Amino acid sequence: MAYSEKVIDHYSNPRNIGTLNKEDKNVGTGLVGAPECGDVMRLQIQVNEENGIIEDAKFKTFGCGSAIASSSLATEWLKGKTVNEAMEIDNMAIVEELALPPVKIHCSVLAEDAIKTAINDYRTKQGLEEIA
Amino acid sequence: MLSFPIYLDNNATTPMDPRVLEAMLPYFNNKFGNAASRNHAFGWTAEEAVDYAREQVAKLINASPKEIIFTSGATESDNLAIKGVYEMYARKGNHIITVNTEHKAILDSCKHIEKLGGEVTYLSPNEDGLINLADLEAAITPKTILISIMYGNNEIGVLQPIEEISAIARKHDVLFHSDATQAVGKVPVDVMAQNIDLMSFTAHKMYGPKGAGALYVRRKNPRVKVTSQLDGGGHERGMRSGTLNVPGIVGLGKACEICMEEMEEEAARLSKMRDHLETELLKIEESYVNGNRDHRLPHVANISFKHVEGEGLMMGIKDLAVSSGSACTSASLEPSYVLKNLGLDDDLAHSSLRFGLGRFTTDEEVEFAIDHVKTAVHKLREMSPLWEMFKEGIDLKSVVWQEH
Ligand SMILES: Cc1ncc(COP(=O)(O)O)c(C=O)c1O
Repeated sequence: MAYSEKVIDHYSNPRNIGTLNKEDKNVGTGLVGAPECGDVMRLQIQVNEENGIIEDAKFKTFGCGSAIASSSLATEWLKGKTVNEAMEIDNMAIVEELALPPVKIHCSVLAEDAIKTAINDYRTKQGLEEIA
Repeated sequence: MLSFPIYLDNNATTPMDPRVLEAMLPYFNNKFGNAASRNHAFGWTAEEAVDYAREQVAKLINASPKEIIFTSGATESDNLAIKGVYEMYARKGNHIITVNTEHKAILDSCKHIEKLGGEVTYLSPNEDGLINLADLEAAITPKTILISIMYGNNEIGVLQPIEEISAIARKHDVLFHSDATQAVGKVPVDVMAQNIDLMSFTAHKMYGPKGAGALYVRRKNPRVKVTSQLDGGGHERGMRSGTLNVPGIVGLGKACEICMEEMEEEAARLSKMRDHLETELLKIEESYVNGNRDHRLPHVANISFKHVEGEGLMMGIKDLAVSSGSACTSASLEPSYVLKNLGLDDDLAHSSLRFGLGRFTTDEEVEFAIDHVKTAVHKLREMSPLWEMFKEGIDLKSVVWQEH
């Protein structure tokens, strides 16, 4: 499969690999996918509880180049956004930015899922209800 | 000097040996005749070349030249063996025994037989890829006409106990076919000593051209016959019609001759190289060899690296041309059925790499491959949440995954 330059760039130089303390009240964690399916993404956000701005984002991904690139890109986009703005990130924007081929769209869907799961984890910790 | 990507996929196909190409070239040029033309020198020259190749091929497997049927490759040979025996021996029975780790050319031919009303038993091998001889014998019924079991597996390189299998076949008066595509020219194959009745192989896995192969069909003790699957001029003793691919056949013959001369030395060299590659790669934590290591083709290593994903791994070793157990061509991942049928979990099947060394592989290339794979696996594990969880002592099987 031929990968786009952007996918190759994220794969070769992934942004924000790492782990935040998932026990922290201001950290939200989203772990999505399954090993049998060939993709597992873990995306974490660290939120400023005063203003709701995502101060840090980290990821680790088990998956193909497109999955790694999608989650790497997601962490870039998350930083500096408010939680509410982050909720608006759409998988098709990832598809476009990375020029993902149709068979790799599921990677972007997984990344969007990871974002939403992380946000909802954060919201639950803050005593807020989950949002779809 | 290394040139990239480094080719380590010699089970898929081999580069042509320049000596083979040289032998073939005249038959594309002035020696273009049809081997079936009986009336002029063009035909005679072509026929002579085919006869000579038939001898070269027969010699390599200890057959008689008359027992060699030229085909377009192992796929066709497999089809001809399975379907041809099924039709020819219909009066005797309709049951075929094979193994679920065979090549698709065998498995799909058997599926075809089932559609026609035949019965097929698909044996499951042991975890190491070897078949269980007791299972084989137990599967034989009075209706069994054919046992088809490959010589060396294309994915894991495992060599089946051919002599024991043929002894069972003989004992029960059942024909034995072997898809020896990966074995001929790599390890000694002797249809007489090993009592093989039919055998498929192909030129492009032994440094010859694509599109040329053969089916060995025994002529004595017992005399085996197959019905032709291509109707036409009745070439190849009526078993395979079609104007002979003279340059391809000349190439197959030359490839066999070279293997005959160089196989022993080559196998020794490659197995040493393979063992070095394997020893080094097994130094990577959580890496496993797939398939039996004692009964194996000398040039093949199939290794799984736990907690890294196959396609990601392939991308990380882009300077190597190898095969992955992860056939990830669509959104739904299909791990290798061969590895799955050994009982490997999907994740280990996905994260496997097959290294197929060959005649032109150098020590320098193997050293590069070792470094390249080590670096890629390390990098991907640093990136892998599964590796982190594994290192924390979490049992990944106990995690409830959010599947899609
Ligand atoms: C075991 C086995 N059988 C059959 C084949 C098919 O051979 P060919 O490409 O000559 O049709 C292959 C090669 O892909 C093989 O490895």
